[in-house]
Amino acid sequence: MIHFEQFVLQNGLKVIVHEDHSTPMAVVDVMYDVGARDEDPGRTGFAHLFEHLMFGGSVNIPTYDEPLQAAGGENNAYTTNDLTNYYCQLPAENIETAFWLESDRMLSLAFGDKSLEVQRKVVSEEFKEHYLNKPYGDVWHKMRNLAYTTHPYKWMTIGAELSHIENASLNDVKQFFFKHYTPANAILVVAGQVTTGQVKELAEKWFADIPSGNKYIRNLPQEPKQHTARLLEVHAKVPIDAIYKCWHISPRLDQRYYITDLLSEILGGGASSRLYQSLVKEKQLFSNIECYHFGTIDAGVLTIDGKLVKGVSMHDAEAAIEEELEKIKSTAIEEKELEKVKNKTESLIAFEDMSLMNRANSLAFYTLLGDTSMINKELQKYQSVTPADIKKEAISIFDPGNSNTMYYYAGN
Amino acid sequence: MVNRKLAPQIKDAIDYTLELKPCQKFLLDNNVPVYTINAGAEDVLQLELVFHAGTWYEPVNLLAASTNHLLKNGTTSSSAFAINEHFEYYGSYLNRNCYSETATVNLHSLTRHLNELLPMIREIITTSVFPQDELDIYRQNMKQKLEVNLSKCDFIANRLIDEYLYGFDHPYGRYSSEAAYNALHREQLESYFRDYYINGHCVIFVGGKLPADIITQLNKNFGDLPLNRNAVPEAEHKIIPAVNHKYRISNDSKGVQGAIRIASDFPNRHHPDFTKAQVLNTIFGGYFGSRLSGNIREDKGYTYGIYSYLQNHVQRSAWMISTEAGTEVCEATITEVYREMERLRNEPVGDDELLLVKNYLIGTLLGDLDGPFHIIGRWKSILLNELGDDYFDKSVATIKSITSEDIQSLANKYLQPEKFYELVVV
Repeated sequence: MIHFEQFVLQNGLKVIVHEDHSTPMAVVDVMYDVGARDEDPGRTGFAHLFEHLMFGGSVNIPTYDEPLQAAGGENNAYTTNDLTNYYCQLPAENIETAFWLESDRMLSLAFGDKSLEVQRKVVSEEFKEHYLNKPYGDVWHKMRNLAYTTHPYKWMTIGAELSHIENASLNDVKQFFFKHYTPANAILVVAGQVTTGQVKELAEKWFADIPSGNKYIRNLPQEPKQHTARLLEVHAKVPIDAIYKCWHISPRLDQRYYITDLLSEILGGGASSRLYQSLVKEKQLFSNIECYHFGTIDAGVLTIDGKLVKGVSMHDAEAAIEEELEKIKSTAIEEKELEKVKNKTESLIAFEDMSLMNRANSLAFYTLLGDTSMINKELQKYQSVTPADIKKEAISIFDPGNSNTMYYYAGN
Repeated sequence: MVNRKLAPQIKDAIDYTLELKPCQKFLLDNNVPVYTINAGAEDVLQLELVFHAGTWYEPVNLLAASTNHLLKNGTTSSSAFAINEHFEYYGSYLNRNCYSETATVNLHSLTRHLNELLPMIREIITTSVFPQDELDIYRQNMKQKLEVNLSKCDFIANRLIDEYLYGFDHPYGRYSSEAAYNALHREQLESYFRDYYINGHCVIFVGGKLPADIITQLNKNFGDLPLNRNAVPEAEHKIIPAVNHKYRISNDSKGVQGAIRIASDFPNRHHPDFTKAQVLNTIFGGYFGSRLSGNIREDKGYTYGIYSYLQNHVQRSAWMISTEAGTEVCEATITEVYREMERLRNEPVGDDELLLVKNYLIGTLLGDLDGPFHIIGRWKSILLNELGDDYFDKSVATIKSITSEDIQSLANKYLQPEKFYELVVV
C-alpha cells in the first residue's frame, strides 16, 4: 500500500506527496501531459527535442544541472509517445533547490540559440546511434507506419525523420513550450523524507505565481478498426532473418488491458513461456522470440518478434507462431498457468515499488491517467482475470484481419 | 514575490555523515560464509550465490560463461522447462551471470516463497547435467546473436580495446567467436561444473526483508554441500598489452557513427590512488556535468553521450573513455578528449567545480545507500575485493578531503596521452 496526499494549486498544478521517512533522500518528479502523439505530423520529434532543451537554462537560472549537482542531486528525463517526465533525487534537506529549478523552467526557458543549435546535433547523434547505425534499428519506424494509418503513434518519439529536428526553429520551440509546459498541464510529485505541510509551503512559494496557461484539450485522430491483414517485406543489411507481428489492442484504462498484459506474459514472458518453449526449445525455429506491448495510454499494439534460425523459411516460422496462437484461441489455459503470470506480476510490482524514484514516477503516471489511487488497485485488476477472459481476448486480438506483419530479410 | 535569481541555501553534501549499514556474517555448517542485510519495506529479497568460477579459471574460451548459463537447462531430475516454470510460478527470477573472477546464481523473490525456491537452487548447483541438445541449442542461438552483434561498431570496439589492454590470452582481454562456440563439448562443462560449483568455492549474499529462519533455511539447503573445502584456486595470467597504440577499424563502409574507445592500464582498488582517481574521473568524464560531456556533447554536439570510467575488475583496472560520435567528427572528438586531459594537467580545478563534484559524489552515494539491495551490493564489492571493513569510510574521507593540488598531480601522473590506446570502429 503506497500512501499519498494530494492537492491542487490555484493555477491548476496538481501536487502529490508521498512521505517515506526511512530514507534521507527526496525525489521531485514533474510530469508534463505531452508526448510525441501531440506533435504536428510535419514537425515530429518535438516533444523529445524539447526534453533536451529543458536542460539548457531557464529564464532566471543559467544552467539546470550545476546547482542540482552542487546540492548533491542527480536527475534525468524521458519522453514517450504519451508524456514527458523530469525527475531528480537529492538529499532531502536540499529539496528547495529542486523546487527552485523546476519552477523556474516551468515559468519559462531561456530559449538560447546556442542551446537549440547544439541539442539539434545531439538529438541527430541520438537518432543515428539508436535507429540508423544499428542492425534492425529501423524496425519500429517501419512497423508504426504499417500498423497505424491515422493515430499519431505512427511516428516514434525521436521523430519520423531527421529533417524535422534539423529544421526546428526557435519560434516553433517557443510555441510548443507555452502550449504544453504550463501548470494546468503538469503534475508535481514529491516523495521521500518530506512532510505534506512542508511540500504545500514550498509548492505555494515556488509554483503558485506561474500563470496557469490553457489546459490542453487533446483531440487526436483515432485509429479506425483494422479489418484486413497488412504485410510488409523488407530486405536489409542484417545477418539474420526476423519476423515482426503486431495486433491492435485496448487502451490503458480498459480492463482488457490487464488481460492483454497477462496474455503477453503467457506467450512470451520468460523461459517457461509458450512461444519460447515451443518455438525456440522444441521446434528450434527461432533463436529468440518475445511477446510484448508498450503500455501506451491510447490503444497500442501487441507484438511478437523473433529471429529465425538460419535455414528456416519465413513461411514455416510464421506458421509455427500461428499454430501457438490457434492453441490459445481454442483451448482455455490451465488455472496454474494463469496463476504463474499473476504471481510474476505481483512480484514485479513489489520490486518496482522498492525504489523511491519508481514510486514517485508511478504516482505521477496514475495521476496523469486520472486517478492517483490506481497505484494501489492494479494488482486487484490482474487478479480478477479468468482463463475465459484470456481466451476471449486472444480470439479478439489475434483476428487475422487485425494483424500487421513484417518479414525482415537478411541481405540487401 | 520570491526572488528567483537567488538560489536557496543548501547543506553541502560533504557535511553529511555517511554510514554503510553493517552486514551480518554467518557461517553455514560447511563454513560457507553468508552475509546478510535485513531491511526494506517490501516483502522481497535478493539471494546471490557467488562462486569462484569466472573466466579466470577456465581452461578454454567460453567454458565459464557457458557452464554458468546452462545451469538452468536440466538436472538429473528436472528438465529446463520444469526448472524455469518452477521459478516463474513463484513469481521469482533466477539469473546467472559470469564475470572475470566470479560466476553467480542470483534469485529475486517474494520473501514468502523462499522456502519453495531454495531446494531447486540446491538441485541446480549440485545435479546439473548439461544435456547435449540444450548445449546445441544454446550454441546455435549464441552464434546467431554474436553474428548480429558483430555488425555493431560499439560491440567490436569494446572487444578490441580490452584485447589491446590485456592481450587475447588474458581473461580480461578474451572474447567469443564462432569457432570457440563450436569447440565446446559437454564433458568440458560437466568437468568445470564439478570442479568449480559442486566442489567449488562459494560465498552467499542476502538482502531484503528476510525471514526469521533465514540461516536455518540456508543451512538446510546448502550447509551439507562439499563446498569451500579447499582454498580458492590460484591462477596466474600474464598481461600482454598491444604494441601499437592507435587503431582505426572499418566494419561498415556505410556507418554513420564511429565507436571511440580511449583507454589506459590502471591499478586495482587496493592502490592508494584509486579513490582519488575516481574523483578526478568524475570531473573528467564521470557524470553528466563532466568536462568531456560539457565540451563534446553540450558545447559541440558531436555525440549523444560521452563517459569515462575505471573498469570494474579485481586484479587490474583500466581507465576508459567511451563514446559514439558522428563519423565525420570522430577525429575532432579525440582531439577534444586529449585537450581536456591537458587542461586537467596544466590548470588546477577551481574550488567551485571541486566542491560541486564532491557534493555530487556524496549526494549520489547517499542515494545509493537507499535500500537493502544497494547496501548488500556495496558489501559484496568490498568483501570480494578484500578491501577491508573500513574501505567505505576511507573512501568517503578521501572524497571529502581531496584538494585541487591532489587532482592536478594525479592528472599529471595518469592522464598522459602516450599511455592511452586509441581506437575508432566505424
